[in-house]
Amino acid sequence: MTAMLDIKDLRAYYGQVQALHGLEFHLSEGSMTTLLGANGAGKTTTLRAICNMVRSTGTIEFEGKSLNGKSTENIVRLGIAHVPQGRGTFTTMTVEENLQLGAISRKDTKAIGSDIERMYDHFPVLKQRHTQQAGTLSGGEQQMLAVARALMLRPRLMLLDEPSFGLAPLIVRDLFKILGKINREDKVSILVVEQNAQLALEIADHAYVIETGRIVMSGNAKEIASNEDVRKSYLGY
Amino acid sequence: MELFVNQVLAGIATGAIYACMALAIVMIFQAIDHLNFAQGEMAMFSTFIAWQLMQWGVPYWWAFLLTLIISFAAGVAIERLLFKPLAKAPILTNVAGFIALFAIVNSVAGLVWDFTIKQFPTPFGSSPFLGSQLISTHQAGMIGVTLVLLLLLFVFFRFTRIGLAMRAAATLPESARLVGINTGWMIALGWGMASAIGAIAGILIAPVVFLEPNMMGGVLLYGFAAAVLGGLSSPLGAVLGGFLVGVFENLVGTYIPGVGNELKLPIALALIVIVLVVKPTGLMGHTVVKRV
Repeated sequence: MTAMLDIKDLRAYYGQVQALHGLEFHLSEGSMTTLLGANGAGKTTTLRAICNMVRSTGTIEFEGKSLNGKSTENIVRLGIAHVPQGRGTFTTMTVEENLQLGAISRKDTKAIGSDIERMYDHFPVLKQRHTQQAGTLSGGEQQMLAVARALMLRPRLMLLDEPSFGLAPLIVRDLFKILGKINREDKVSILVVEQNAQLALEIADHAYVIETGRIVMSGNAKEIASNEDVRKSYLGY
Repeated sequence: MELFVNQVLAGIATGAIYACMALAIVMIFQAIDHLNFAQGEMAMFSTFIAWQLMQWGVPYWWAFLLTLIISFAAGVAIERLLFKPLAKAPILTNVAGFIALFAIVNSVAGLVWDFTIKQFPTPFGSSPFLGSQLISTHQAGMIGVTLVLLLLLFVFFRFTRIGLAMRAAATLPESARLVGINTGWMIALGWGMASAIGAIAGILIAPVVFLEPNMMGGVLLYGFAAAVLGGLSSPLGAVLGGFLVGVFENLVGTYIPGVGNELKLPIALALIVIVLVVKPTGLMGHTVVKRV
């Protein structure tokens, strides 16, 4: 099977500081892959490098095409939706405008209305609040909105940066359930970065563990979850 | 009483022009976080273009429309050539850029059309409006054109996809890029629109202040006062500020002895200082809260 996303020798820099040291990994089509690691390991940087939001070298290929040198907006237009850390919500706009913005680069404008309805089916709370300013939503609702906004692109690949951050455990569980459903039903491949390793391993099918800018472990999510040594040394639970 | 009503209406008419200038200033400020000091000179140059077209025999409204298109294109070009390369430069570099633009545009206008004062026509005439002595037809026209412009802008930003994209790019550039918006072009588009709005202001005020390369100096100051008063982050506030400044200027000039026409301009400056000290966000602006 060919990889949907193929990353080789990825090095990223913040000014003089190197954050990634030759990262290699791939993600197959239709999969739900998780990238685990401690604070500062380079998880967020990896996602940012994929969307060219940080200076990097190495090769990143999406569906056989190189992303190197492409601008963030053009990478997004290829079908890669990125839910950034902190959610990136347009807080002064309404919930519905946020969803419209998710689809702003799409050409098939006629289908946008029905897609918004589909998002309301996935996340009923957003329908109740569709005329509200997005900034007035709770943290959990804003995370739902961020995921819905990303899905409005009709992405082939969705990058999620710590979707569980700052949310109550129950809400996180709901959110991950929905992510699993989206992965299966809408055929969206997902790369999710998480500190909450336990939960991420439950729903992902493949996992990579990253430490100080290098991949130190990869494998089937269930195997990693059941390997006590790995859990203790890298995942801390 | 008649004097009062007359002064208020005249204030609303010139206030419409200040509102346009303030709107142009706010549009660029929203996009790049800098005040365009050359906004007035750009408007003046646009007005000269309209004048030149009419000299060549182009009818008024065609000249008006052509000038808007040319100004729009010029605004986009100025952003692409001059200010896009300065996007990551320090604030003083940008300020120097604006001042350079101011000086260049002013001098070129003087070079091409010289500094003598020229008459500028009005399509509305200057007879009393609806037979009333309170307001002239040109003043009524100024108000009318401004209101139509505001309505069009409101519809554009509220109901079109490109307007939504421009708002997104102005509020959160990084998130905007992550939904596939080319934020660089949105900024250029903002410049084009600001330039065209300035052109409207220039063309409307030219019959009142007469056409010459320094005609917009005072108007721009009032525009700044209006933008600051309304709040630099709020287009609606800028418009409201424009009308308020126009009325305020007239009433103070009329009723406070010793102010008269000569001391009106310092009042705009005083207003800017007072607003910045008392309520820096202006009437309708909002404080930007940044999480650290």
